[in-house]
Amino acid sequence: MTRHTIASIREGLRAKAFTAVEVAREALAFAERENPKTNAYLLLCPERALAAAAEVDRKLAAGEYAGALAGVPIAVKDVILTKGVRTTCASKMLENYIPPYDATAVERVEAAGGVIVGKTNCDEFAMGSSNESSYFGPVRNPVALDRVPGGSSGGSAAVVAQGTAVVSLGSDTGGSIRQPASFCGVVGVTPTYGRVSRYGLVAFASSLDHIGPFARNVRDSATVLGVISGRDPMDSTSADAPVPDYAAGLDGDVRGMKIGLPVEYMKHATGETADRIHEAVEKLRAMGCEVRDISLPATDYAIATYYIICTAEASANLARFDGVRYGYRSSDSGTLSAMYRNTRGEGFGAEVKRRIMLGTYVLSHGYYDAYYLKAQKVRALIAQDFTNAFQTVDAVVAPVSPFPAFRLGEKVNDPVEMYLSDIYTITGSLAGIPCMSVPCGMADGGLPVGLQILCNHFEEQKMFRLAHAFENS
Amino acid sequence: MRLTEKDVRYVAALANLNLSDEETGQMLHDLDGILAQMDALAEIDTEGVAPMLQVLFGGDDAANDTARLRADVERPTLDNEVALANAPMSGEGYFKVPKVIER
Repeated sequence: MTRHTIASIREGLRAKAFTAVEVAREALAFAERENPKTNAYLLLCPERALAAAAEVDRKLAAGEYAGALAGVPIAVKDVILTKGVRTTCASKMLENYIPPYDATAVERVEAAGGVIVGKTNCDEFAMGSSNESSYFGPVRNPVALDRVPGGSSGGSAAVVAQGTAVVSLGSDTGGSIRQPASFCGVVGVTPTYGRVSRYGLVAFASSLDHIGPFARNVRDSATVLGVISGRDPMDSTSADAPVPDYAAGLDGDVRGMKIGLPVEYMKHATGETADRIHEAVEKLRAMGCEVRDISLPATDYAIATYYIICTAEASANLARFDGVRYGYRSSDSGTLSAMYRNTRGEGFGAEVKRRIMLGTYVLSHGYYDAYYLKAQKVRALIAQDFTNAFQTVDAVVAPVSPFPAFRLGEKVNDPVEMYLSDIYTITGSLAGIPCMSVPCGMADGGLPVGLQILCNHFEEQKMFRLAHAFENS
Repeated sequence: MRLTEKDVRYVAALANLNLSDEETGQMLHDLDGILAQMDALAEIDTEGVAPMLQVLFGGDDAANDTARLRADVERPTLDNEVALANAPMSGEGYFKVPKVIER
């Protein structure tokens, strides 16, 4: 199980070495056995998985095309809706929520023959950088069990690293796919804003939320992104841009590709993480790429900008959780307004409350211009930095995180320190450009380090080609 | 300190969030620390910069425009029963809530 790729499953099914149902049973059994070590799955859905796998076997037996993900065990972050299968956002607020519809990304994965085996743990409502804010307990990093897997999509990264799923879906608002991918030593992709429909993704910060894949190699991540991308009438922000066959375009030449290394990022990078990034840059040069220093001057303002915009949007999006239509309701409330306040006070955890409070504050009368409007202007400057950079370079490379996976509990009581760990990932999120983490070695006694690759809007193909060449060099 | 406990209670009321006394104290401390970081934004010159409200919003390239509306045609919605299935309390096809007005 731990060694399967999309290609090995496709080949095995073709050669009749195994059936899709056998692969699904093995994946479910392996997940059941391994999960107590990491707490990465919140729920397994054997009924749904086996039905999907049986359908793949039926198609194959009938000589029909079974799809790009035929028989591939896939895990889905528990902020993405699955019809009839409990979806909690790792929150007490939605502890018993059974969605009445599927997210578009889930529909597309299953239409392509993918076998959804379970829902993965994450930070509550995807708010966190360590997976420690989950109502259902933290996830442990399968590479080092005393360490966090990163967040917020910690479970989706961990199951792929652990081998209890072949690929998974996560969501990224400020680094929630790339940072856990780097901490767990897997590939994680945040596509261009609008590339993948968010219909059925529980909204955190709508101008920043993305769905993207985790995989154990670049090729598998490209295949999954190709399946879930494209216009969706149910999400007005989804772009109509054509979806290239990303996996088929991986093998192009990268010689002569121009790559920028932002000086503002590297000045903060220290220790073995910085060493691995410098080695990766040398490797890119040896591959024939031209690497040059570039400047992204607004970078120093990115964290403040991000935490104003994302909390403002979150405070509005999470207003819907009021105990009326779905989710938790406080039992001892005499009036409607008391019911709202008590429900939200009891149903949300500490980090979610902190962000709702911050977002409400920055939007409130007298502070809107100083915080929210100012942050939107600085966001324009951060995006402009990338626009300028991409006039002279094809791609930007950078660290994903200033340090590898930290210990459970190490940063949990200091929100400022936790927010600072997102420094390298939030700029790409604010600009809405495609970015990914690809493994580039180990630091500090065997902890994975990720190299971040960022390209211009809708240039995923170029990003994958560079990542694939780097992975195989 | 940028904030007072009174500010925290005011914002909590705006957000419909019941906070205990202990949570209020902790929130005061946390928000104050976070807002101190955010004051850094005052340093950067944004004179004449248009605020960025959305990524790719209203792009010249129609295919990349991320503000497309779907055709205004009727389509099936969730059945009443399905829509109410997750409600903490419902009856007669409606969501039920505690009293709004005391008679």
